[in-house]
Amino acid sequence: MGDKITFTIDGREISAEPGETILVAAERAGVYIPRLCAHPDLKPHGSCRVCTVLMNGRPQAACTQPAAAGAVVENATKQVQEIRKQIIEMLFVEGNHYCMFCEKSGNCELQALAYRFGITVPRHPYMFPSRDVDATHPEIFIDRNRCVLCGRCVRASRDIDGKNVFQFVGRGPHKRIAVNAEANLADTDAAVTDKAIQVCPVGAILRKRVGYRLPIGQRAYDTRPIGADIEQSTAR
Amino acid sequence: MNRNREQIIREICREHGRDRRRLLDILRAVQQAFGCVPSDLMPSIAAEIGTHRVEVESVVSFYAFLSSRPKGKVVIRLCNDVIDEMMGAQRVARAFAEELGIEFGQTAPEGDITLEWTPCIGMSDQAPAAMVNDVIVTELTGDKAREIVRSLRKKIEPESLVHGYGDGNNAHPLIQAMVHNNIRRRDQVVLAPMVEGEALRRAVAMTPAEVIRDLNTARLRGRGGAGFPTGMKWNFTRRAAGEQRCIVCNADEGEPGTFKDRVILTECPDLVFEGMAIGGYAIGASEGILYLRAEYAYLRRFLESVLQARRERGLLGRSICGKDGFDFDIRIQMGAGAYICGEETALINSCEGERGDPRNRPPFPAEKGYLGRPTAVNNVETFCCVARILEKGPGWFAEIGSRGSPGTKLLSVSGDCKAPGVYEVPFGISVRQLLDMAGATDAAAVQVGGASGQMIGPPDFDRTICYDDLATGGSIMVFGPERDLLWVVDKFMEFFIEESCGYCTPCRVGNVLLRRRLNEVRQGLGTAADLQYLQELGTTVKAASRCGLGQTSPNPILTTLKNFRHLYEAKLKKAGDDLLPTFDLRSALAAAERLTGRSSVHAHD
Repeated sequence: MGDKITFTIDGREISAEPGETILVAAERAGVYIPRLCAHPDLKPHGSCRVCTVLMNGRPQAACTQPAAAGAVVENATKQVQEIRKQIIEMLFVEGNHYCMFCEKSGNCELQALAYRFGITVPRHPYMFPSRDVDATHPEIFIDRNRCVLCGRCVRASRDIDGKNVFQFVGRGPHKRIAVNAEANLADTDAAVTDKAIQVCPVGAILRKRVGYRLPIGQRAYDTRPIGADIEQSTAR
Repeated sequence: MNRNREQIIREICREHGRDRRRLLDILRAVQQAFGCVPSDLMPSIAAEIGTHRVEVESVVSFYAFLSSRPKGKVVIRLCNDVIDEMMGAQRVARAFAEELGIEFGQTAPEGDITLEWTPCIGMSDQAPAAMVNDVIVTELTGDKAREIVRSLRKKIEPESLVHGYGDGNNAHPLIQAMVHNNIRRRDQVVLAPMVEGEALRRAVAMTPAEVIRDLNTARLRGRGGAGFPTGMKWNFTRRAAGEQRCIVCNADEGEPGTFKDRVILTECPDLVFEGMAIGGYAIGASEGILYLRAEYAYLRRFLESVLQARRERGLLGRSICGKDGFDFDIRIQMGAGAYICGEETALINSCEGERGDPRNRPPFPAEKGYLGRPTAVNNVETFCCVARILEKGPGWFAEIGSRGSPGTKLLSVSGDCKAPGVYEVPFGISVRQLLDMAGATDAAAVQVGGASGQMIGPPDFDRTICYDDLATGGSIMVFGPERDLLWVVDKFMEFFIEESCGYCTPCRVGNVLLRRRLNEVRQGLGTAADLQYLQELGTTVKAASRCGLGQTSPNPILTTLKNFRHLYEAKLKKAGDDLLPTFDLRSALAAAERLTGRSSVHAHD
């Protein structure tokens, strides 16, 4: 490791290893930068853009942008939060997110972000896309209605499980997650113990027969907002 | 039969060294052999090249010219670019559809002909135009469309559709296209005679650092539109750590309304390749790639022959110009129908046989590009400028054009003007001067820089084309007073939605939302709050998108909101409350009315 560098986030001095991303450096310092596609065990993807910050006035994804010595980063400013709010709202209208009866409710990172940002209803019209469900696998199901195309399953399957069960197909608004078979998850070597099955931030890849197991009050984001665990480390 | 199909796949994969990185070439060959990339053969392709089935499907599904659904032996791709539509593409479309008895997206059983739309194919100066397989047909009419179908039904031979060749090299035995160059103005940098090898010989007489210094002295900036200083880019690439380096020429000319690279590649390919070889020398690369868009496949055999001739004359290959250790060669990588591949990191992914998703930066291509090697990607025209600077000297070049923008620029002018075509002009020319040259006497609006550029009106016609004012990669579309500019904006948004790679949220979702709201306003359902919505959403998409596509895709809306706001305001709802402005009670009730067979009293007040 080389010499540490320092930069600021909203005026606060932060130190980072050379090459370290803004998101990771911030997290270590107890500064939460909202994110969705980023996951601590996976390579950065830079696709959801929820972690957008302004670095020296320019928008950058904090999950892929290395910190630079002396950089001035804006994170919790009104302008940046507004961009993020817009993006989270876009994700809500792009798919079909039925929070009120989704079994991921309370443990869903997208829903938790919406609560954190005080989103009651998206300003955009719902797109109500027609998407399919794949329940062919005995232990896992995919509901593409709730997919946010973050690519966590793609990365986990490829880089951790070594299986390449998932990959993106199509482009633009036609982009979707496909599986490594003609059509069905049952025809792949996906296993319920795969990392790819555990990292979905929303209710798109779920284990069968364990839904609603946790009572309300004990779910991940019932009592504390998303990001609170990171911010709590500042209180030390 | 099945064994036969598998055999063909094996042969194709082996011809390409069973190399995963040649997947795009493999898939193009499979598409040609089978009329599609059959879903049931994807596992065989994957097995041959050591990847997974879903990876093959992923790549196939990305490119417009690849398909897992079967297509006919002949595919007619009619261009539905704004300019082509203005010139009557819809009439041509109806004629094709009627004569074939099918809709767009379908395949006619008789004659095995598929009919499709395609975005700008680089023929806006001779629109409406279409591709029939790789053959280009231009200046179409309804009658010509019917004739094409009849002719193809008699004989599946698209080449026979060409009656009479275009000017210059379009008539070359290896091109034989009906395409015309439409060169309206030549200047001294690009469209001027050259002595092959002269610039290269001068370059190798200098050190690589001196070559780059000359580009810096000439203040050459990239001709693709972004205007990054070429010398600086090459210096970064040269200094980056790496065993091997690569020079890439971006001939994925996809910006709607631009076609100047088509003309350069037809008439001055030697200048381009000379510039690439100089680049190879300057940065220390042994490999060059010309990434040629699939729409220009008709130029491929000709370009290959030019490369071969250069090899034979010692201008490519080993010890070029007798310089020991200067080994450099160029290969052509064909694209497969994706505008986004004009973005340099998407282009590099495509060269490696991947989806054309742009990459995260850093690292920049100058550090880690093609196959992880330091790579310089430049525009076709930029390489021409490089060669000319080495031939005539940086001082000579810097004297041309304007202070901040030395040199000339090739502009592709199309739309409502008497002389559409390619104009080589010194930087600093005003829009008005250009319109005069092109015989656009009553222009009401000009789109500068293609769909991703800006729409300007007469008050801005005295502004100048250069990096400090109106920067452009070369596309200039002219619209007369009778054109519906908001329709043009809608067409541009449709284009961006289809061409977005879909990787990042703001571009994938935001553009769809922008277009929806735009059309609500166009239909008279909007209020002032909707213009505010377009402004805010457009600003967010620009700020938060990952690459240049999303960072510019809201421009058609944002620049018309700025320069043609009255067009939007004229469409706004005059009265009514602002509670939910786009809500239309009548259409909301329509389905229920239909089902019940009754009509609502209130909805028809």
